[in-house]
Amino acid sequence: MTSVLEIDGLTVSFSTPDGDVSAVSDVSLSVEAGECLGLVGESGSGKSQTFMAAMGLLADNGTATGEIRLDGIDLLSANEKKLNTLRGERIAMIFQDPMTSLTPHMKIGRQLSEVLIEHQKVDARTGRARALDMLNRVHIPEAERRLDMYPHELSGGLRQRVMIAMALMCEPEVIVADEPTTALDVTVQAQILDLLAEVKDNLDAAIVLITHDLGVVAGLADRVAVMYAGRIVEQGTVGDIFALPAHPYTQGLLACTPRLDVETEALVTISGQPPNLQNLPSGCSFHPRCKYVVDQCKSERPALEAMDNGHIRACFRPHVEVAQ
Amino acid sequence: MWAYFTRRLIIAIPTLWVVITVAFFLMRLAPGGPFDQEAPLPPEIMANLKAAYGLDQPLWWQYFNYLGNLLQGDFGPSFKYKDFSVTELIGQGFPVSIQNGAAALFIAILFGIPLGTMAALRQNTGADHAAMTVAMTGIVVPNFVVGPLLALIFGIYLRDTMFALPVAGWNNGAFPNRILPVICLALPFIAYIARITRASLIETLRTNYVRTARAKGLPFRMVILRHAFKSAMIPVVTYLGPATVFLLTGSMVIETIFGLPGIGRYFVQGALNRDYTLVMGVTILAASMVIFINLLVDMTYAWLDPKVRYE
Repeated sequence: MTSVLEIDGLTVSFSTPDGDVSAVSDVSLSVEAGECLGLVGESGSGKSQTFMAAMGLLADNGTATGEIRLDGIDLLSANEKKLNTLRGERIAMIFQDPMTSLTPHMKIGRQLSEVLIEHQKVDARTGRARALDMLNRVHIPEAERRLDMYPHELSGGLRQRVMIAMALMCEPEVIVADEPTTALDVTVQAQILDLLAEVKDNLDAAIVLITHDLGVVAGLADRVAVMYAGRIVEQGTVGDIFALPAHPYTQGLLACTPRLDVETEALVTISGQPPNLQNLPSGCSFHPRCKYVVDQCKSERPALEAMDNGHIRACFRPHVEVAQ
Repeated sequence: MWAYFTRRLIIAIPTLWVVITVAFFLMRLAPGGPFDQEAPLPPEIMANLKAAYGLDQPLWWQYFNYLGNLLQGDFGPSFKYKDFSVTELIGQGFPVSIQNGAAALFIAILFGIPLGTMAALRQNTGADHAAMTVAMTGIVVPNFVVGPLLALIFGIYLRDTMFALPVAGWNNGAFPNRILPVICLALPFIAYIARITRASLIETLRTNYVRTARAKGLPFRMVILRHAFKSAMIPVVTYLGPATVFLLTGSMVIETIFGLPGIGRYFVQGALNRDYTLVMGVTILAASMVIFINLLVDMTYAWLDPKVRYE
């Protein structure tokens, strides 16, 4: 299988009045058609900005270097016009907050159909018919009636379904879902995840699932990449990451996930604070919070090293398999 | 929607009544009267005048008498412009003011919104700073400075060129006579509208839904026009309400500078002369316009933002 989307040595930095801030440093990732890649990390770890760069949606003060190729086309060097032929058509994004991500003064039907009208030059009638079809596919009840509704007339869960339908309109090769369930009620979250799983099974698209929630990743992703302070610290199949986590940060994250089968007094946390991107610790960014820290970690940054089964991690500590 | 519209119009009646009542009694609280002059009139003439206009009656009687006449559409005679009724004065002046005001409003919107939009899209560039500096100048330089300056340029310096323009008089509404006063009226409003449009559009461009529209691969022009513009216009419409009332009811300064027979001057002169009926007339006119235009603004909100629904 060849990768649809390849990210190679991506660095994203933002110029601020207090100096440049690196949000993403030397990140390399790839996704294949039909595959779901989970990208996990805390707020500020750079997981969203990695794909904002791919979509050409960085804030004005942000710059991206490196390479992002969509089916061989370099997205970072593409101009706005070229990008517009790809966005929505071949790579689509589902955003975190469905309550504010739909245009409030446009009817749902029009917001859906305009993607098709723009990219595939269909007429308004066809656009509307396809929009209705898509609303049915994402299981929106009374889809016909919803076409003529405004976003505020729909619940959060329905709006996220509309966002997903919108991303699917042109059947893109890559779908990036940026925290698609974070803003929703827990019961609705499960429904949206079911829907994404269905999309994954029915379409041959590559799905990137950006989240801070390991539970979300476990159910949906084939491979998982873990980011910390703008870098990938571990990457592997979902089975390896959950069963044989090889980076202390990943191990910490998994230990933090509350378990029903183990009786505990208090919730486990990773001690310390997420690092300040403007003033990153020397060496391995995770060392101030790592319980296995040695002197080498403070002066040198560990490179990503390959283990078996495509599993990679960036840590000096000799790998010991700890069953979680 | 129409039920709401009608209900708002009905509610306007008690509102107007309160305005009339307050204005009526406030006016009478002011010292002096319409017939006071430098040299006092002989008491018997004063008594005759007061009797002729009903001012010798008790105040409550005058008030109910005025309300009664008003209900029959009679605004009463002017106390100062002899032989003219208030209806006649407003009937002559208001068309002049409303024509100039509407033209100025049209020009202010026509230039202000595109100017603000361009500044927002080129935020923090030279073009943006230049446009906003000009706009700021338009706001801070008062029209009693701009008016004579325009008159100086187009009436004196350019008087022998094709750009010469009349600097005073209405001339039965001849087009050249309208140009300078309308420009002078419109300038500060162009500036305000441009600034509000810029600020509001910049804010809208940062919203999540504009990001969604860009992620769909829509051309930037379409992102702006279809997804950003309508929401960005809400603060502009809010400002346009009072601005419209101000423009349509005439500007004393502009009408004086350019010698126009509008109603702007009646607001000031009427009050200074204690021309009770004239003040009441222009107050009722202005209040009705505020009420009606606020209603139009509220209706426009419903069009701009579907979350706003009236029933």
